Formats: sequence, C-alpha cells, structure tokens
Amino acid sequence: MSIAVDLNRCQGYAQCAFLAPEIFTMHGDEALLYDPDADEAQREKLAQAAAACPVQAILVDAVDEPAEAVPGAR
Amino acid sequence: MLGDGALERLRHEGRIVVVGASLAGLRAAETLRAKGFAGSLTMIGDEPHEPYDRPPLSKGVLLGRARADRTALPRLRTVDATWRLGVPATALDMAGRKVRLADGDEVPYDRLLIATGVRARPWPREEEAELDGVFVLRTRDEGAALARRLDGGPRRVLVIGGGFAGSEVASACRERGIPVTVAERGAAPLVGALGGVVAAVAAGLQREHGVDLRCGIMVTALEGDASGRVRAAHLSDGSTVETDVVVVSLGALRNTEWLDGSGLGAGPRGIACDAGCRAFDIRGIVTDDIYAAGDVARSPHPLFGYQFLSLEHWGNAVAQAGIAAHNMLSESVDRLPHMDVPAFWSSQFGVNVKSVGVPSMATDIMITQGSLDSRRFVGVYGYQGRVIGAVSFDQGRWLPFYKELIERTAPFPPEFPTVDRHADGQRPMDADFPDPSVPSHGPTVTLSGYSPADRRMTFVPAH
Repeated sequence: MSIAVDLNRCQGYAQCAFLAPEIFTMHGDEALLYDPDADEAQREKLAQAAAACPVQAILVDAVDEPAEAVPGAR
Repeated sequence: MLGDGALERLRHEGRIVVVGASLAGLRAAETLRAKGFAGSLTMIGDEPHEPYDRPPLSKGVLLGRARADRTALPRLRTVDATWRLGVPATALDMAGRKVRLADGDEVPYDRLLIATGVRARPWPREEEAELDGVFVLRTRDEGAALARRLDGGPRRVLVIGGGFAGSEVASACRERGIPVTVAERGAAPLVGALGGVVAAVAAGLQREHGVDLRCGIMVTALEGDASGRVRAAHLSDGSTVETDVVVVSLGALRNTEWLDGSGLGAGPRGIACDAGCRAFDIRGIVTDDIYAAGDVARSPHPLFGYQFLSLEHWGNAVAQAGIAAHNMLSESVDRLPHMDVPAFWSSQFGVNVKSVGVPSMATDIMITQGSLDSRRFVGVYGYQGRVIGAVSFDQGRWLPFYKELIERTAPFPPEFPTVDRHADGQRPMDADFPDPSVPSHGPTVTLSGYSPADRRMTFVPAH
C-alpha cells in the first residue's frame, strides 16, 4: 500500500503515530516520519490513522492499479 | 466557443497527453478522470518508474527507514492511461499538435500538459562529477544509490550547498553517526530562502549536532584517487576536506531543453503560463491547448505583485495539476486561477521547519512567537508594510493563521497583542537576505520578474 503525507497540512497531532506506530513515528517534537510502502497487514490500522488525522493529510491508495512500464506500447 | 460542442467532443473522444509522470502529472491525470474525461490519456515519463514521491528520499530513505524503490505515489483513483515510461519527450510540434519521443514515436494530442519538473544541478566539472562517490539527490535511483553508500559507513560525507536538500542530507548523516562537512557559499545554511536572522539559527542547529559547517566558502575542486574514487575536496580558503562521499546540492535545473525551438515560451526559468496554467508562446500569446504545472511552470501571482513565480514545492505541484486539469476541460468562464499561497516543509536535526508565503521576497522579519534562542519560534516576514511570508521552527500549528494574514495582505509589523507577549519585545528587524548578486544557495522559489537593473537584454523586434 502506497502512502504519502501532505506535510504542509500535517500539524503534528500524532494521532497516526498512536494508531499505526508501525507506519508513522514522530521525529522530534513535531515532524513526522512514515513508511511510504506499508505492509498489507497494516491496512486496517492505516485506514484508522488516515480517518483520525484532524487535517486529513494522509493519502492512501484507493485503487490497485500499478503503472506498468510499457515502452513501445501505444 | 460556448455551445459549439468542441468541449463535449474533447471530453468524450479527445486525446490528452501528459509529459512528466511525477506528482503533478499523476494528480492531473486523476483530476481529468474525476472530472469525467473519457478520451485517451497518455502519460510520458523519462524515468522507467511509475510516479513516486520525492520527500521521503532525503529523509526516511537516507535514514534507512524506508526504501527508495518503495515510494510510489498512492493512486487516489483509477487513471486508465497509456503509460510511456522510460522514454523522454524530445520535441514539441505545436502546429502539428504532436509530442516526439526519444524512440522516434510521435504522440498526437488535443490538449497537452507539461509537467517535466526539474533535475538536480550537477557538479559543473564533468570529470569530477563522474568520480565514484559523487552524488546528486533528486530521483529515486539517486536516492537509492546514496542510501546504499551511507549504509556502507563512509568515513566522511561532504555536502556542497546548505539549502534545504543539503541540510536534510547532513541531518540524516549526523543521525546515523556519520561525520559530515557542509560547504555553503553564503553566510549560513538556508540564508537564500529564509534570510540571515533565521539562517543563524539553522547554523547553530547544525553545529550543535556536530556538523562541520563551513560558510562563505566554495569548493574549488574534487580530487579522486587512482581508481577513480573521490578522496578529497579543495576549498577556496586553501583547506582540504578528506571525504569519500560528496553530495552536490546546488539546486535544480528546469527540464525545458526539449522545448527549444518549439515556439513555446520556455527557457531556463521554466515555462511561462497564465494563472490558469495555460502556457505562453514565445510571442507572449497564451496558448489554449498547452498547459504547464509543477516545478517547471512559472506563473504570475496576485499576492506577490504578479511576479512570475516558479515554485519547487510539493503542494504547488498538486494544486497546479488540479487547476490545469480543470481548466483543460472547462469553458473560459468556468476556468479557475491558481492562487494558492506557497508553502513547504523540511525536517532537519529533529526540527520541523515550515514556511508559507514567499519569505525570500521580504526585507524585514519579526519574531512573533517563541524565541530564536530556543529554536522554537515563528518569524513573520514583511515587505513594503505588509506580511509576505512566515516561517516556523517546531511551531507548525500556527502557520495557517499566518497564511491568512498573507492572503489578507495584513500590515507588517502585525499587531495581535494577545499572542505570546514576551519580555524582550516584538520588534521588526532586517531579515538579512543576501545581496542577490552575491552567489549563495538560492531559495526554492524563483522570482523571475524583469529587473530594470538587468541591462544585458537587447530587444530586437523582428519587424
């Protein structure tokens, strides 16, 4: 599962770090570090963390659609 | 145009081509589909990878907490595109509405979005840049290569350039216990982006964390050993730094060379476009079928004197991509302007640095919350009696408040006596930005308005 966090929006509420500590950790007082490719087993926790973010800064895959490299294809 | 059905045809059977398969390109494609575009969509990218996120590359990846090949951007919705990855665009035929690719193919379009972004500025001397151990950090592959080298435990890393990226690299090295030297041409790290007052705090942070910070200095040469590995760097003060990894962090170059000769208003400063992301041609006439978004675009911003702003910011790529996609599918009266207030973040040495507005345009600064000494503060930037930017060090929750002040063109110095009155008073001071004619590591914002002091240009009308 791909994850990106809009760190402009993120204000360090740390809800995600409480709910999904395997993915999100606070780095210092306010900055967030996260694993951009979480394990599938974390899906439920990730969904909770994304839903709990007060500023909705966590972006998660909504579809399974990898962009297969197709050089030459039209 | 209204009611002639052209737009409906475009929506149903049009061909939209996006050149640049990164953050802006992907978000534009998603927006096009979300807004009902049912025609053919082609995504062209010079790298062989699906769109990936860059911020983790200089943070989690260098810390060994994330893998560079696992930073794919999340898919917010189905895009249903033809992906031409690993094939750069090489030319644009505006009259024939075609994009030429490096493999000789030509891709026709009805609407084109250019989101080719920027690339790292390489070390200027090619034979030195090719030494083993000399890196730049922009792409996923570059991030992976640098992370691997840091895993190997180098004796010392030299970072050339103390901007945001360079400072983040230095921070990651120190966190891993790797000795690091930062060489910055300006008076302090981040001085081009945030001015001398805040840069002094950044310098203190670096030194406190054990960075060997050298300012007001240039690297004059990189030296390799017999096997072609970098072993030392020579500095302008005559000193030498023994090092086995060099990270060149000298900013970015805009990827516009492929547009040379196309007739589009593109150059080293990016692609000129209007506030609705429509690109200008070289005659200064706005096109109606070519759009630009992200780091490669530069557009006039009403909050900043309508200067053409070029922003290497994550949020700007997202916002501009959305506007460009919307406008492509809209009648002229329904088009939207891109007027987001610039904002970006950095985290280094355990401190969360955030900025809104355009601090580098300012002359004055006032510390409105916290204190410089504690390295926990908000600094508000003033320009001609109004608030033009703000920066926070570990005070990020305040920034939306200051963003509003910028949007309201609130007066500087700001007056809000209920907030954090501290004993040493709140007085504006010179923000201490370097003279732009003195080289230093610049900000990630380019103000490209014409300067009357610049007399190198000669205007030669064709007829």
